[in-house]
Amino acid sequence: MLLEAPFTEKKIRALKVGDKVEITGLIYTGRDAVHKYLHDGGKPPVDLKDSIIYHCGPVVVKEKGKWVVKAAGPTTSIREEPYQGPLMEKYGIRAVIGKGGMGPKTLQYCQKVGAVYLHAIGGAAQVLAERVIAVPNVHMAEEFGSPEAIWEFQVERFPAVVTMDSHGKSLHEDVLAASQEALDRVL
Amino acid sequence: MEAKILQQNLLELIRRTSTQLPTDVVRVIEKGWRQEKKDSSGKYAMEVIRDNIGMAKEKSQPLCQDTGTIICYAELPAWVDEWTFRKAYEKAVVTATKKGYLRQNSVDSITGVNSGNNLGPGSPSYHIHPTRGKTLKVRMMLKGGGCENVNVQYSLPDNRLGAGRDLEGVRKCLLDAVHNAQGKGCGPGILGVCIGGDRGSGYVAAKETLFRVLDDKNEDKRLAKLEKQVLDQANSLGIGPMGFGGQTTLMGVKVTHLNRVPASFFVSVAYMCWAFRRNGFIVSESGKITRWLYES
Repeated sequence: MLLEAPFTEKKIRALKVGDKVEITGLIYTGRDAVHKYLHDGGKPPVDLKDSIIYHCGPVVVKEKGKWVVKAAGPTTSIREEPYQGPLMEKYGIRAVIGKGGMGPKTLQYCQKVGAVYLHAIGGAAQVLAERVIAVPNVHMAEEFGSPEAIWEFQVERFPAVVTMDSHGKSLHEDVLAASQEALDRVL
Repeated sequence: MEAKILQQNLLELIRRTSTQLPTDVVRVIEKGWRQEKKDSSGKYAMEVIRDNIGMAKEKSQPLCQDTGTIICYAELPAWVDEWTFRKAYEKAVVTATKKGYLRQNSVDSITGVNSGNNLGPGSPSYHIHPTRGKTLKVRMMLKGGGCENVNVQYSLPDNRLGAGRDLEGVRKCLLDAVHNAQGKGCGPGILGVCIGGDRGSGYVAAKETLFRVLDDKNEDKRLAKLEKQVLDQANSLGIGPMGFGGQTTLMGVKVTHLNRVPASFFVSVAYMCWAFRRNGFIVSESGKITRWLYES
């Protein structure tokens, strides 16, 4: 299903675990350095109200004066577990895109503030880069380096799967529990 | 051979490694795609992975944006010395970074500053040996941080797992490692395993064993049996591609061993993601690439 900007609470609350979405609109990359910076009280260089944060450290090069995305798959999200929930609440972030899922703290905040976790396919850097149609701007590239900067990505039909919704359901918790049972049988 | 030709050859090696998967890996990914259930999230993940493999090759761009730790194994014949090789490799790495085949991936651990060209202490990671042979052999691997972070080292006996100092104990460790990784290592994954060694040599050997092709068979019958058993049992856990649930959790298990001291018994596990970027070539003294190692 299509998920188009603006990313309102109503649209986000309607999403359920297992939904395959295609995102169109402006999203921001942000990973380890950005999350730590914001959590430590740093001021965000962009307005994060009703935003989508993409856990991604892209390969971007400048060609003829324009930024061109060469590769842009997701990075592992669980490293942001200490920060993500409080930042969703403080700034009104509506969704994060990443890989590997997040933990119970983020899941709680998703319920509380009306947010979701969107799982992109890890390693699929080309399929995902192709959906970035423009790069209007970049922030904090000097301080954090290119992979850790906040890149503005204009995306069109960017594919992801809802694996944690705002109703307390997490695919990651379900698979973990089921695979634990299967593991106990073979150990 | 001129240093410039060596450098060009190494740049081509880096380009191919970053943008194309070895044929043995592609075959197993195809099999995984076929076996996942229609309309499931696991099938969807495998479809995107297949599309991505095709697109990266066609566009000559990185399969994954995390171009990882640059691991280089080289066997140097008498006609090329280590200094010349390293200089050529470093120049190739810098050019590959500028061209976007490699991400700026080398960060000072104290200051957090990215060197911007992939050079720095420990980067690239070299394993260079002299050879009496006449040809130069270079193998490389790009191992991303997501899968590197789920590597694990066990010290046996392990009380929690009920794992003793034998192959049955090793089996338990490996299944535990796959379960703990869930989708975080970008599965379906491949395990490189070393039984024994010390904490350092064990991990190095575990990674090196990933240079084996997926469809070979361990010459040691005991280890061949262990590899098959772990592969089958891991694929019964239901973790699936990306941890979405499904049949395809693991694509291969490669086990090697080193001697240990009596007091230690380590099991070192290197988890490799589906974007299993390894390649290698043989170069003659004239500078001609006579063979690519993983492309048949």
